[in-house]
Amino acid sequence: MTEILGVPVAVLSGQLMLGIINGSFYALLSLGLAVIFGLLKIINFAHGAMYMLGAMCTVLMFDAFGVNYWVALFLAPVVVGCFGIVLEYFLLRRIAGQDHIYSLLLTFGIALILQGVLINIYGVSGLRYSMPEVFRGGMNLGFMFLPYYRAWVIVAALLVCFGTWFMIEKTRLGSYLRAGTEDSQLMQGFGINVPLLISLTYGFGVMLAAFAGALAAPIYSVSPVMGSNILIVVFAVVVIGGMGSIAGAVITGLMMGVVEGFTKVFYPEGSAAVIFLVMVVVLLIRPSGLFGKEA
Amino acid sequence: MTITKKLLTSAIASAMLVGGAQAEISNDTVKIGYLADMSGTYRDLAGPNGLTALEMAIADFGGTVNGAKIEVVSADDRNSPDSASSTVRRWVENENVDLVAGLVASSVTIAVSNILEENNRLGIVSGSAASSITNEHCTPNHIHYVYDTYPLANGTASAIVKEGGETWFILTADYAFGHALENDVTRVVEENGGEVIETVRHPFPTSDFSSFILQAQSSGADVVALANAGADTTNAITTAGEFGLTQSGQTLAALLLFLTDVHALGAQSAQGIQLTTGWYWDMNEETREWSDRFMEEAGVRPTMVHAGIYSSTIQYLNAVKATGSDDSQTVRKQMMDTPINDMFAKNGIIREDGRMVHDMYLAEVKTPEESESEWDLYEIVRTIPGEEAYRPLSESKCKLVTQN
Repeated sequence: MTEILGVPVAVLSGQLMLGIINGSFYALLSLGLAVIFGLLKIINFAHGAMYMLGAMCTVLMFDAFGVNYWVALFLAPVVVGCFGIVLEYFLLRRIAGQDHIYSLLLTFGIALILQGVLINIYGVSGLRYSMPEVFRGGMNLGFMFLPYYRAWVIVAALLVCFGTWFMIEKTRLGSYLRAGTEDSQLMQGFGINVPLLISLTYGFGVMLAAFAGALAAPIYSVSPVMGSNILIVVFAVVVIGGMGSIAGAVITGLMMGVVEGFTKVFYPEGSAAVIFLVMVVVLLIRPSGLFGKEA
Repeated sequence: MTITKKLLTSAIASAMLVGGAQAEISNDTVKIGYLADMSGTYRDLAGPNGLTALEMAIADFGGTVNGAKIEVVSADDRNSPDSASSTVRRWVENENVDLVAGLVASSVTIAVSNILEENNRLGIVSGSAASSITNEHCTPNHIHYVYDTYPLANGTASAIVKEGGETWFILTADYAFGHALENDVTRVVEENGGEVIETVRHPFPTSDFSSFILQAQSSGADVVALANAGADTTNAITTAGEFGLTQSGQTLAALLLFLTDVHALGAQSAQGIQLTTGWYWDMNEETREWSDRFMEEAGVRPTMVHAGIYSSTIQYLNAVKATGSDDSQTVRKQMMDTPINDMFAKNGIIREDGRMVHDMYLAEVKTPEESESEWDLYEIVRTIPGEEAYRPLSESKCKLVTQN
């Protein structure tokens, strides 16, 4: 069997595949962060908590009302998105235009409160959620066993990422959004309701996080602490990609998934640190990130 | 004037303290400090419900001991040895706490036991795993009550090797506890004629285990052992199920699994896993009766740690009652002289290194068909006698043992 650095190519192909799958989650989450930062200039530290809410919501709706996976995949982001809009309207709006540090601290505080309250109610061991029946099992790709659900994760995440990019960059609504954040007074002069647009954008960014959470529910342990672990990694991804760059966030998310996957084979102890190492190198060479516009 | 007065009062106070330490209960109060992770990774296995178990014990004991009242204070250690140390220092130096109970993260326990030794107070460790707590880190001021990594490795690993699991792949959490467990397992596997062909250390915490599970599959080992805990273990087990690890003929062994973890996984994902536990709620009439009462208070079934907190608190209060003293050495000696026979343990003995030696149980998680209710999760496969399960004193590195 052909080997690279003592590791069979078949094993590496498997790891490449898994890297892309994990990268899909990073892509979805960093996309939401990038949308919120790029358009609203809010550093959303509650993003991990929104991811967690999406997953918790999926499980709790199933337990309470028997809401199935497909409905939850749509409904959980909507519920959490509405919650995001409420947060924006009552809290974030009041510090609009202030230094970034205010939004960072406010959203971080919100995240801690949400996490604390839910820990008190549900504990930390995780809630039970079983895989939808259609996704049980998997296919043998020759070099690895690929569970059907993981294949679905790639498809769903990439569709949503592409849809978001298309909407913001290529549609009329997207152009309103970009213009509204560029010069809100002028836009208001044209009769466009900019505050509403901002609320909806924040809600949409939060929806993306909740969608990632709902997508994660069948495969990761669903608990109130699941968001805090992933948040920092996703921030690193956004920084590497370039703050606010939408395509950059998606591509970097996938790339970092792969980099992390390979590190898990060659030097597993370093797999938690490798993304931060890349971040340091990128910041030294290109301070605005791989896809960021030069400031 | 004020200075003389202060001096005088403190002189009287210290005289009372010294006098009280001999044969009576200091301040006419037995004060118990409950220290545990109340909000983090280890919350569910001990946490607020451990405090409930402690309070149940005090209520069952009658609320007073030899006329002295029993008080409880509690704190969240946040899994930080620093934070825990300052709490315990305040407790023993300013608040006259006699006993520290709970004690979950091994790093916290080791830090706290040093403070207890300096101040000559007692600690009863119910949650921690590291066997070093009564080995190189032993002190005359603490007792390790429920379980440790030695029997975990001993029970599960030796059973699996004997069933024919010869080659092992160990997936280890990359910190002190994981390394300790990995060492203990490697020793047991090799002693029984098996072989560890690969170990991989994963960062703590890790949420995605797919890459490691794939490596475990391509290693071709008979057994994939998880030397980690909490969410890391449940995540790894879920992923192993998804990637069909056991269907392809490999055995999955979780070395530290609490009832709350198995409950979170559910019988569907956890079925067939073998594990070692110090206690299970559904073993006999006595355990069921206590667990029913616990469930009324806490809403969940107790873990071995919850039961251990209850049992050890009763033992402690019995010892205080018998000796009429809350002095740590007097009470510890009395506890060592009294075999433990209650719903938690039969003929449990506290050794001079502080290890409470009692029977351990090899359990197997039931299938969804066998499991009759939400918490009906374990089938006890084998009782491992205490002397066989725990590290023998002849191998001990504890200063209290080698001195003799």
